[in-house]
Amino acid sequence: MGDKPFVHPYIPNSVPAVKEAMLRELGLSSVEEIYAEIPDRLRFKGRLDIPEPILAERDLRRHVQGLLDKNTSAVEFLNFCGAGCWQHHVPSIVDEVINRAEFVSAYCGGDYSDLGKYLTRFEFNSMLGELVDFDVVANPIYDWGDVAGRSFRMARRITGRDKVLVPSSVSPMRLMEMRTLCQPESMANSTKIRFYEWDRETGMVDLADLKAKLDDSFAAVYWENPSHLGTIEAHGAEIVKLAHEHGALAIAGVDPITLGVLTPPGALGADIACGDIQPLGMHMHAGGGCSGFIAFRDDPVFAQECPLELYTVMETATLGQYAVGEALPDRTSYGSRDQGKDWVGTASGLWTIAAAVYMAVMGPQGFKEVGETCVARSHYAAKLLGEIPGVQVKLSPGFFKEFVVNFDGAGKTVAEVNKKLLGHRIFGGKDLSADFPELGQSALYCVTEYYDQAEIEHLASAVKEVTA
Amino acid sequence: MTETPQEKVARLAKLRRDGGVLRDYRSPRYDEPFIMEQGTPGERGILVPLAEEGVAKAVGEAADYIPEGMSRAAAPVLPEMSQYQVLRHYLRYSQMTLGMDLGSDISEGTCTMKYSPKMHEELIRGHKAADLHPWQDEDTMQGLLEIVYDTGQYLKSISGMDAFTLQPGGGSHAVYTNACVMRRHFEAKGELDQRDEMITTIFSHPCDAATPMVAGFKVITVMPDENGYPDLEAFKAAVSEHTVGCMITNPEDTGIYNPQIDKYVEVLHDAGALAFTDQANANGILGFARARDAGFDACHFNLHKTFSSPHGCEGPATGAYMCTDELAKYLPVPVVTKIGDRYHLDYDRPESIGRVRGFLGNWMGVIRAYAWIRTMGPEGLKEVAEISVLNNNYLDNLLMAVKGVSRPYAEGHRRLDQVRYSLEQLKEDTGVGTEALRDRMVDFGIQSYWMSHHPWVVPEPFTPEPCETYSKADLDEWAAVIKKGSDESYADAQFVLDSPHAQPIDQMRRTEAMEDPGQWAFTWRAYKKKILGKK
Repeated sequence: MGDKPFVHPYIPNSVPAVKEAMLRELGLSSVEEIYAEIPDRLRFKGRLDIPEPILAERDLRRHVQGLLDKNTSAVEFLNFCGAGCWQHHVPSIVDEVINRAEFVSAYCGGDYSDLGKYLTRFEFNSMLGELVDFDVVANPIYDWGDVAGRSFRMARRITGRDKVLVPSSVSPMRLMEMRTLCQPESMANSTKIRFYEWDRETGMVDLADLKAKLDDSFAAVYWENPSHLGTIEAHGAEIVKLAHEHGALAIAGVDPITLGVLTPPGALGADIACGDIQPLGMHMHAGGGCSGFIAFRDDPVFAQECPLELYTVMETATLGQYAVGEALPDRTSYGSRDQGKDWVGTASGLWTIAAAVYMAVMGPQGFKEVGETCVARSHYAAKLLGEIPGVQVKLSPGFFKEFVVNFDGAGKTVAEVNKKLLGHRIFGGKDLSADFPELGQSALYCVTEYYDQAEIEHLASAVKEVTA
Repeated sequence: MTETPQEKVARLAKLRRDGGVLRDYRSPRYDEPFIMEQGTPGERGILVPLAEEGVAKAVGEAADYIPEGMSRAAAPVLPEMSQYQVLRHYLRYSQMTLGMDLGSDISEGTCTMKYSPKMHEELIRGHKAADLHPWQDEDTMQGLLEIVYDTGQYLKSISGMDAFTLQPGGGSHAVYTNACVMRRHFEAKGELDQRDEMITTIFSHPCDAATPMVAGFKVITVMPDENGYPDLEAFKAAVSEHTVGCMITNPEDTGIYNPQIDKYVEVLHDAGALAFTDQANANGILGFARARDAGFDACHFNLHKTFSSPHGCEGPATGAYMCTDELAKYLPVPVVTKIGDRYHLDYDRPESIGRVRGFLGNWMGVIRAYAWIRTMGPEGLKEVAEISVLNNNYLDNLLMAVKGVSRPYAEGHRRLDQVRYSLEQLKEDTGVGTEALRDRMVDFGIQSYWMSHHPWVVPEPFTPEPCETYSKADLDEWAAVIKKGSDESYADAQFVLDSPHAQPIDQMRRTEAMEDPGQWAFTWRAYKKKILGKK
């Protein structure tokens, strides 16, 4: 840049004359006089190891887009991988709303000045409450694994017990997040995670093993629907009953896009539901589209122990006019620091707006249809793949959009199959062989409403070719 | 002589530039019903693909695959509304949201509300960023990995640290990551039984106290001395063989740079403990001071604050966690590495804390931060810091001239990026406190200010942060709004206490709903049962 002053379009007061006028106003000759607050020994005197600036917007755009263009997207290739982040259609209206400058740029503005943000948040909570069948939905944060871990901690605070039971079919990635939140077991105040088995034939939980493991020392029993391996869990109501018989809470992890066709956790009698709203209108963003929710019934004890922000509808001086206020603020870390319940921070506000728009346009019929299409097309894909010599579809036929495909009979590893599928412009299923060795060389395939019959048939013919 | 129209336009423009005239602002007020109350049965907002005939013929009815008892009995009570009506509803809500782009958001101190360049939004919305699956083969994500890796290198230079992760989904999440890394460090050393206390300060963000609690530690909070610095003697007294480390900010929320910060770190290191500094607001020190140079073992940045990624109604956000080589082995998996000219996701890290988040992180924020750093360059980053600090001191000069405003602590010392002021005098004189003034200032089209995290150590606090984004005219206007609020308070306090007057709604009522289980309603269905049902 040489000696030319640095005047940047994002920094109005970098104009030298303005800068000088402001300094003059303060009686200073340079900003260095303010930086004298930092003692010399703590001052950084070197040059930051950062490349020279790309100043013109056009040039910067070319540069960064050039890097991004090295990626291959799930728009260019067919993507049959889910496993925690799923490719569903994102309605254009969702992107239109969340790309509004007001929503993109808002942060913690006040009840009045950012009213629309709070109203949308309340509508999100209200609509998700209808889907999961609970009266309370807390403000979402990070992702499913995180809110599952927080639900365990919440159950521990409610019951005073320090162990939770989790099916061993749980997503290993989600489990890692849970473990981090539950602390090493050597710590006195840790929450201990114990496992109950899953049925290797069906993919559902092993109820007999749950009965054997469960006693009055557990804070909660957790299960997922669908399971990480894709199976629709038929035993939800029985899990709830067993948990309650032992004074434990029943915590359901759910994929909310299934709830147009599947029985919601509230109706099954669960105490807490958690899960990810990413399927409800979020692009995948390499996993950045994820956001975890917690919902429960309207019980003051639960509300008091909920770690996330809760928003109540309020009234104003004018009849019929509504505002939204944060309830029980002293309960969160913003209200009470280390005396609060876990912590809150910048979470995933824009995604709740996206999900609100998504739920509003989908409506009850949209959710029913998207559920039916996921079921039908994933089963069609399973049928075609299962017909390929050496390829077998495992576990129960009761799945929603994901299913396990085994390649043992073809003598191929999942890694080999997936590499070769790239040549057919296809992202294959998630490799399960390391995490679930009992399934052999198996992959978790995902087929949503996004892909049509012809694309599914293209997948089948490609798999046939690469496994031959 | 009567003024010509041209003269009037010029006079008003000059007054506005000098902050002499405030906006005659009216927020949109749509009186918009909740979406749950709109629409008619049968309307559709979007049509979704249905299974083709061939698919249906091959597999039969979807219902046949759903186990008994698992078919939803009653449809969810969601809106049935056509697309234009849904769009209009949420556009109205967006118009009733000032946000930062409209709100001249000097107001939200501790949040660094800087301009988020629009070009970056185009980058992250394209399918090459938005439509990537996290389990894609890393060979198909080399561009994204390169951006993440290089951003990590830049942040290493800015902090002086050796290693990074961009997995945390926000600033507090990065701070939590630190608590877990320190926990793992002492677990590996076999000292976790002995060390169970984390030290923070009251002017550090609440997450510096809350996240070590979640990690299982006891938290000791050091209060400020009479100058506003964390009391060094109290700090020393808190450190012992039980200390895990500290999690503190510098400058703290007061904007006061602690010139002895390295001494605090020394005290910790002498006791075998670790030191972390929360750099959520690093704007004032970019290129001027580095965490590592003060001896810290770890620090973090908020890419949505200092590095321009937008705040998105409170996320998704990105926390950058930085640490020394000694702690690098504990970073969450996967770590992004570079071997030759290829980028990798390294999962083979046996001493890792595991994960704080699924998949890779909110890398939309990394792409934006990368673009921002690349357009600033090394000198630009320093210019950002300089102008932030200059803006803050310029605004301070204006605000300290406003009746009822004071600036506690460290008299004679200049603040860096922000200031915590007090309206205690205004409250005493007029009965108008910081909450009432906050609800009045928005009537001028300015975003409501951040008061303080709890507890309010500074009485009746407010905390502006006029980062490099704001022009001199913006600063003048902001100060003029505070002055207007003060003048009004002294002239007609009740008018201010009845605020707001130009907002989408009138003053809020039934505030007991925030605490009373009989009145709170977290969803519309709860409100219908509990409140409307009773009426």
